[in-house]
Amino acid sequence: MRIIMINSVPPAAIFIIGALFIPFLKGKTKSAFMLFLPVLGFMNLLHVTVGTHWVVPFLNHSIIFGRIDKLSMVFGYIFTLISFIGILYAIRVEDDIQHVAAFVYAGAALGVTFAGDFISLYIFWELLAFSSVFLVWSRRTQKALDAGFRYILVHIVGGLILLAGILIYVSNTGTIEFDYIGLSGLGSWLILIGFALNAAIFPLHPWLTDAYPEATVTGAVFMSAFTTKSAVYILARTFPGTELLIWVGAFMTAFPIFYAVIANDIRRVLAYSLINQVGFMVCGIGIGTQMAINGAVSHAFCHIIYKSLLFMSAGSVLYMTGKIRCTDLGGLYKTMPITALFCMIGAASISAFPLFSGFISKSMVISASVTENLVIVWFVLQFASAGVFHHAGIKVPFFMFFGEDSGIRAKEPPLNMLLAMGIAAFLCVFIGIFPAPLYSILPYAVDYIPYTASHVVGQLQLLMFGALAFILLILSGYYPAELRAINLDIDWFYRKGSRFLIYVLTGIAAGIARFCEYLFIQQLPRHLAAFVKRPIGTFTDVYRRTGGEKVPASASKPELATTIPTGVSVLFAIGFLSILAFVFAMLFR
Amino acid sequence: MKRELKIFDNPKNVQRFLYIFYVALFALLVIDFFIPKHGHFPWEGAPEFFAVYGFLSCVSLIFIAKLLRKIVRRDEDYYDK
Repeated sequence: MRIIMINSVPPAAIFIIGALFIPFLKGKTKSAFMLFLPVLGFMNLLHVTVGTHWVVPFLNHSIIFGRIDKLSMVFGYIFTLISFIGILYAIRVEDDIQHVAAFVYAGAALGVTFAGDFISLYIFWELLAFSSVFLVWSRRTQKALDAGFRYILVHIVGGLILLAGILIYVSNTGTIEFDYIGLSGLGSWLILIGFALNAAIFPLHPWLTDAYPEATVTGAVFMSAFTTKSAVYILARTFPGTELLIWVGAFMTAFPIFYAVIANDIRRVLAYSLINQVGFMVCGIGIGTQMAINGAVSHAFCHIIYKSLLFMSAGSVLYMTGKIRCTDLGGLYKTMPITALFCMIGAASISAFPLFSGFISKSMVISASVTENLVIVWFVLQFASAGVFHHAGIKVPFFMFFGEDSGIRAKEPPLNMLLAMGIAAFLCVFIGIFPAPLYSILPYAVDYIPYTASHVVGQLQLLMFGALAFILLILSGYYPAELRAINLDIDWFYRKGSRFLIYVLTGIAAGIARFCEYLFIQQLPRHLAAFVKRPIGTFTDVYRRTGGEKVPASASKPELATTIPTGVSVLFAIGFLSILAFVFAMLFR
Repeated sequence: MKRELKIFDNPKNVQRFLYIFYVALFALLVIDFFIPKHGHFPWEGAPEFFAVYGFLSCVSLIFIAKLLRKIVRRDEDYYDK
């Protein structure tokens, strides 16, 4: 029996309205308040019942803030959970902008998750970008400022494409409510492109690998969780079973791992592996069977936890040492063993080692590709599984905590950061060993057993022999050395392309300006002056020239002793002015 | 002075770690013959398929990544120029 009846409120409201109070609180009250908000959000979620809630009439439509079903609830739980972990990690940050941005960001992700109509979806969608960009800008470096501007510009473009799609789609269907959309017609294509940009689907991904490594230590943790996964949710809602997504998803799992191998910034390695992991989810959504959707959703759930754990451990290293590049780090296990352990738990989870969370979710997507007989996709996904262990599983911990000793002797991060990582690490292991609770909240009934002998051994072989390749290549010196360098990606087209565009535009503009200067400043006044000095003489000169006569040089000089009376030029002037007066009178009557 | 872990400073320990790793690999290869296979695709049941595929995947990953680096690598201040 429930003693206290509590009416539930839209989950987004708790976070967004709660965020507004943060700047007015101080010290421990503030910390307690910030930690309490996600808890309140979670308690609120437990009271929510399946169905449609919080419907607000708007013009002739209804805005639905609460489409509650199993699919949206999974994402509601994980977004609330990760905001608690992220806030615990960030609690000591003395920067209200970051805290407010993080809460509004989390609220926006929840808003997207529970939106039942296009209007609220679009508003929360834009809010995702406009709140998260402050987590980049708050780094307060020139690089972060620039990356933030690129980030927001790309998202504005994506948002406008989405808006165009929504307008077309709504005008066709006549309702702003949405559910399954599927690819049919221009509107749905534009909507898909808008969603795909936030899901970092190739070639719309480089905003992610550009901005995340420049975000603040704590901001990157939030960013790794919300933007791409809310897009995964919305794709699972609106485009399940879209065959195109199978192929773009499979491609997404494969191409980032090459970049991750040669990237130098650890958080950029993690950003590439984030795209790789989202690829598994997109692929599962494309397959669209119940098992595949379950796989995609559960993988999003696990992924949010272990990816934030990896970003937290990399963030701890950045926070304690001020360095984040492979070339600057190494040997940190000596003084940061706990962080190293947490990092390795995250690495084992993302690599889908048996007994870690990735194993029980990613394998569902791969198994779904098996049952659908997608041979090429299956091979690509297995390749990507081996590859992700290679870069995120081995490279990240190896070059930060082991490898060549950098001589840095940084301490463990503060207790709250360790605690946040500890909770995430615990969940990674717990879900890996006891997948049943997670399976029970998935959209469809789960008929899948991850722990079979052949699956465990097969996966271990895949990973361990991938590791063998790493060890042999490192020992033989063939492994690509870590270099102080960056690698070009699709963002080259707008980062260098925009300069080219500006070069072309300024070239054209400068050409027009030069021409105008020549015409209006150099030539026209000279000829006008000559004309005014000798009105009739000018015409006779032109007449004589066209007749082939030579004009004496003296003719172009002003002639005081002209044969034409002065009154003629006065007559010309009066005539010209009257024409002007007539024209203006006609134009502006 | 904060205490430090130095376990891998000793080359012997690194060697021990590698031996354990190699033994584990060998064990995985042996176990493969004694477990029931229930893969959907025929090659999933082939002996040591995943070991071979995992190894080849990672070697080809490195080869291709090295080639990719030749094309896309730039100086760190490339975009600032």
